[in-house]
Amino acid sequence: MDGLITSLYGIPVAGLVFEFLGYLIGVLPIVAPIMLRVAAPLTLAAMCGVMCERSGVVNIGIEGTMLVAAFVGWVVGVVVAPLIPAEPSAFFGITPALLIAFVAALGSAMLVALLHAWLSISVRADQIISGTIINIAAFGVTGYLNELISKSSPTSAGAFSQFTPPSFLVQIPFIGWIFNMFLNQGPITISVLVIVIVLQVLLFRSRWGLRTRAIGEHPKAAETVGIDVIRVRYRNVILGGMLAGVGGASLSMELTNSFQDGMTAGRGFIGLAAMIIGRWTPLGAFGAALLFASSQAISQSITFATPSGNLGHLLLSIPGQFWDALPYIVTIVVVAGLIGRSTPPAADGLPYEREATA
Amino acid sequence: MTAKPAAQTAKGRSVARRVWSVVALPLVSILLALIVGAVIILGSELVIPGQAFDPLLPARAYIALLEGAIGLPPALNPLVSTLVATAPLVLGGLSVAFGFKSGLFNIGAQGQFLMGAIGAVAAAIAVSGQPSIVAIPVAVAGGMLAGAIWGFIPGILKALSGAHEVVTTIMLNYVAISLFAWIVAGPLAVPGAPSPITPDVGNAAYPILIGRGGHLGLLVALAAVGIVAWLLYRTTFGFEVRTAGANPDAARYAGMRPRVLIVVTMSICGLLAGLAGAGDVLGTQHHVTSSYGTTVGFDSIAVALLGRSNPVGVLFAALLFGAMRSGASLMQISAGIPAQLVDVLQATILLFLVATPVIQRLFSLRGTKTGIDAPGTFTKTYVSGEPTVG
Repeated sequence: MDGLITSLYGIPVAGLVFEFLGYLIGVLPIVAPIMLRVAAPLTLAAMCGVMCERSGVVNIGIEGTMLVAAFVGWVVGVVVAPLIPAEPSAFFGITPALLIAFVAALGSAMLVALLHAWLSISVRADQIISGTIINIAAFGVTGYLNELISKSSPTSAGAFSQFTPPSFLVQIPFIGWIFNMFLNQGPITISVLVIVIVLQVLLFRSRWGLRTRAIGEHPKAAETVGIDVIRVRYRNVILGGMLAGVGGASLSMELTNSFQDGMTAGRGFIGLAAMIIGRWTPLGAFGAALLFASSQAISQSITFATPSGNLGHLLLSIPGQFWDALPYIVTIVVVAGLIGRSTPPAADGLPYEREATA
Repeated sequence: MTAKPAAQTAKGRSVARRVWSVVALPLVSILLALIVGAVIILGSELVIPGQAFDPLLPARAYIALLEGAIGLPPALNPLVSTLVATAPLVLGGLSVAFGFKSGLFNIGAQGQFLMGAIGAVAAAIAVSGQPSIVAIPVAVAGGMLAGAIWGFIPGILKALSGAHEVVTTIMLNYVAISLFAWIVAGPLAVPGAPSPITPDVGNAAYPILIGRGGHLGLLVALAAVGIVAWLLYRTTFGFEVRTAGANPDAARYAGMRPRVLIVVTMSICGLLAGLAGAGDVLGTQHHVTSSYGTTVGFDSIAVALLGRSNPVGVLFAALLFGAMRSGASLMQISAGIPAQLVDVLQATILLFLVATPVIQRLFSLRGTKTGIDAPGTFTKTYVSGEPTVG
């Protein structure tokens, strides 16, 4: 076996590829938890995208929705924590203040989503313009309020803490790291996998899913069989906003315990990209989000566990910015159809106008 | 004798009515946004503890904003700094507006701006020994070329495969950030500097024409308004662009080549945004660092929307937003209102513009043109499965 590996690595150029793959397999157990942590907010953003676009509403305001949720979650925690002092419980470090803040974050995200729903479904404004405005507004309002609040140097309510999986699970040979990847996480990251699977099943196996897909593909036909297109679209956009809110809350309440201006840093847009590459399916989008996250994980692992020899030199000579840009380049390539075409729901982005009833 | 003045006043009235029909909704939106801003200021006064409640704080804030933007008559510099803040917004706004006219949504002005900035610096460094008369045109051309390339990419992708420009330009914005950071820290970095920084643009810097920092870029922006207006309304190409925007099918049946139009239009969009980036580094910054941040690209979308994609409208919208940006610091100092209030106002103006049908009903503004003068077709072809043209 070792002989085979050495001879594979010995092949010029292609050998480096094999060596790189071997390196990736080697570091996977270490970087996998980081990967999932990075992918979680992207996945939640993508789930919001799936909910909206499957029902025919384009939502590029996900970025702003997440930013608002991140801010509200943080600020409500700051306000509530001194009122309800409590020791963090052993279970994910949950305190009443954190729970209230989390609910407030989801509520604020749903309000932002309601605004987008109203503009794009009822006012029938251009959905891309509506989303763009929501992003600008979210950036401005959170920046303004953050500036005001940070004058009084607020104390954060803390963050959800990570779960420590039992050691017998983690130590199982070969697959132990998978348990570590999914369980050595905060509550939001752990629930991402559940959300993805539930959404995948609901979208393709439930009445709600069938209706959602119907109004995203052919709203008029759906209306004629008695589906209330407007209502289902509203519901989907608002529930999708809630998922984006969970993603936003994870940034300021789980991955960190603070808020910075513009801390979503494009995650809402990468989420959309993951949705496109995942062909508007929850599982596909999750896979794409993991792929995007792996780009960041690789760039980190190269610095803390540099491979030896030529491969190490080669990888170190690749600038870090390349790994940052890789997800976006991949998205452009996929959207341009260079690796398989990704086709959206047929009525995606079209406002629906009910015909006048006689 | 009596008929003539009557006809003149009638004509005057109809002109006034036409102007009103165009500016009514933007004006109402701006007014409403100022009211919302005042409510936000009052509300945050109530929420933030440790301050005496001042019911006149919004008025003080807006007066400070105005004073910061225009200044008191003998002082010229506040006005000049407003113009300096306006110039990139004019060019960026023209970039987005030009795309709107042909039915393309260029969200990529941000990336094109960054590429224009770094392109101008690179070109300036390449001709660093030359006199200004040579260095300035070369640096400007470098910026325009870099921006145009960043616009050409989404254009050619859309023309060849139907990839929607909204998705590709958003992605290219982030690619631009990475590429920019790499160029500043790598090929163009001053060796041995403690943090990544490029050399000074030297002779390629725009000459100062007026006041403190009133550089040549102001004239460049003004000229661009005229050139874009001429291009759009006085040339065959402009006619084709507007036809393709208003009705792509009609354009195709009339024998225009939509694919070529898309590529050329997106490249021009990129060129204009690149020129804005070049103006910022050649006129104001004179070098770039890896922390070079800008919101011009996103403000440009707001400018184009408020200016109804019309070059002259863009000029006025850019003046408004430029004045707010430049007055914000005085507002922050003298009234204690965070400068980010400007972002809030900007977004609120747009929000009211988008909700036009509602505003029209509320204020019974019949016969006014709708708020957003952009073809409502951007989303129609979102990540389209089929090339939508040709």
